[in-house]
Amino acid sequence: MLQKIVRSTVIDAPIERVWAVLRDFNSHDQWHDVVDESRIEGGERSDQVGCVRSFTLKDGNRIREQLLTLSDRDFKSTYCIVEATVPLQRYVATVTLKPVTDGNRTFWHWESSFATPPGMERELREMVAGGVYEAGFENLRRHLQRGSDQRSGGPTAMPRALALPTRRAVVRGYGGANVLQMEDGEAAAPLAGEVRIRQRAIGVNYFDVYLRKGWLPGLLPLPGVPGQEAAGTVIDVGEGVHDLLPGDRVAYMHPVPGAYASMRTLPADVVLRLPPAVEEDVAAALLLKGITADYVLRDLGRVRAGTRVLVHAAAGGVGLLVCQWARRLGARVMGTVSSEEKARVAREYGCEQVVVTRDYRFADAVQRAFGGADVIVDGLGDAARDENLAALAPCGHWISLGQASGMMQPISADALAGKSATFSRPVAFAYVATRTPLVERAERVWSALADGALKVPPIERHSLETAAQAHARLESRATVGALILVA
Amino acid sequence: MVRIYVSSVIDAAADTVWSRIRDFNALPLWHPAIADCRIENNEPSDRVGCIRHFHTRDGGLIRERLLGLSDYDYSCSYEILESPMGVADYVGTLKLTPVTDGNRSFAEWSAEFECAEGRERELTQLIGDGVFLGGLEALKRHFGRR
Repeated sequence: MLQKIVRSTVIDAPIERVWAVLRDFNSHDQWHDVVDESRIEGGERSDQVGCVRSFTLKDGNRIREQLLTLSDRDFKSTYCIVEATVPLQRYVATVTLKPVTDGNRTFWHWESSFATPPGMERELREMVAGGVYEAGFENLRRHLQRGSDQRSGGPTAMPRALALPTRRAVVRGYGGANVLQMEDGEAAAPLAGEVRIRQRAIGVNYFDVYLRKGWLPGLLPLPGVPGQEAAGTVIDVGEGVHDLLPGDRVAYMHPVPGAYASMRTLPADVVLRLPPAVEEDVAAALLLKGITADYVLRDLGRVRAGTRVLVHAAAGGVGLLVCQWARRLGARVMGTVSSEEKARVAREYGCEQVVVTRDYRFADAVQRAFGGADVIVDGLGDAARDENLAALAPCGHWISLGQASGMMQPISADALAGKSATFSRPVAFAYVATRTPLVERAERVWSALADGALKVPPIERHSLETAAQAHARLESRATVGALILVA
Repeated sequence: MVRIYVSSVIDAAADTVWSRIRDFNALPLWHPAIADCRIENNEPSDRVGCIRHFHTRDGGLIRERLLGLSDYDYSCSYEILESPMGVADYVGTLKLTPVTDGNRSFAEWSAEFECAEGRERELTQLIGDGVFLGGLEALKRHFGRR
């Protein structure tokens, strides 16, 4: 049979003062004599609903209780036992305060229900009612009379969320892959508008290599942590963040580097909740690359049925997505790759014609097969510069996404005039500068995955601890598909 | 919407206090500001929906309908049908809760209502201090010790 206990008293102090002590779920070891030591698990705040207090009693028993309700409006707190060495089963308790307006005092109501093993009803009822509730009334009364609640100069201060330890890959001097060194660091507690994420998978992009080499020192001041996208689980959120909850599975792309870490704190408005069907590995491999394919084909290339598209590094992370999506739109797709193995994969992902070349010779093949390319999606850069100009069809559009072969020398406007060509050097973040396009583009990528328009490319996984090896692999031109770091 | 909340502690068990205030027709017996009272249509005073018809000591006529009565929660809710106070949509609740520590009761009397703009303060004083606190103090005096 369920036992019910109700105890109540009147405390000779204003309700605000009594509530300041009782609303702190971790304050009981300061005022209740039976409690020896208490802490909130997981570094959470003691006013966070769902937090768990783990405490020992003076008699040696151990109890873990979870906060289920906390209302500053109703002065109410409900909690339950999740684990205890005392045989209290299904124990749920509620503390409610009400103001006694006549005399500025406080009415304190404490009630609970629980089950017990047979024969222990009486003993446990007495323990809860007398040992915990009635003793608690007296102890809190004494605590307030002594002014122990105001020692720190005001109502009990809430423990603030702490910085949490993280591992991260740091660049202390620009250079080769081996400058990526693993270090211990801290992920700061989230400030207003921020979220802290336990990262499970981190996307590796060629742009991270440029940062590591020091091509864009303004974007990665030393010491710096590269990486612009990752997926994981929300740990906690700062003030004013209402659409994300601890435990949510999320992914983000963020122009400020720092993703090569096991934990990261960043602005909540770049963070997206993941649909259940999208794994964290897939999100980290595809968010930035999928959004790149989306704006390149839709906004820049205006690719439609019959458009002739040339995709360099066609078996790379972006390449395989662009090939598939362009084919879906009815385009004719030719790709360049550096090996027969990559050619096989590129064909499997919708690349109609593949040129295998290690020395960036492809213009003749493009002209022969297509009579020129209307759109070139280029991640090669300098070494392919003249061939790209030669491969363009009249009025063609050369979209330069990256420069894996080296920083590109300036192109003269007159070089484009010969074919009335267009040259673009886009940055993905400009196409997701506000929340609305970010959400829309990401949803297009997830739904293309869901309806089969996009097949997940091969994903090569490396441990975050071996980020340097992952970079070496990417630069070796030997990888197929997307690379991620697993934290 | 104006809200009024007055509460006090009475030195008697909730059962005892409840037996004095439960009768919807008993207002003049315990509240010093009420002169007389009767239940309209000869209905029993614990029939939910019955109307009490009473005069204050200064002669005002008030009619109130019983909306809820709970011997389990020691609570009673009512609405004002007619009064000289100039209130609308007035719902009041009087409720007792046992204080297990000592043989006492926690008494709460609250109300919500609408009124003409600018009269909130005057009515809060009249109802909160005059009616509610006046009533609870009479109960405290009656049950002694404090």
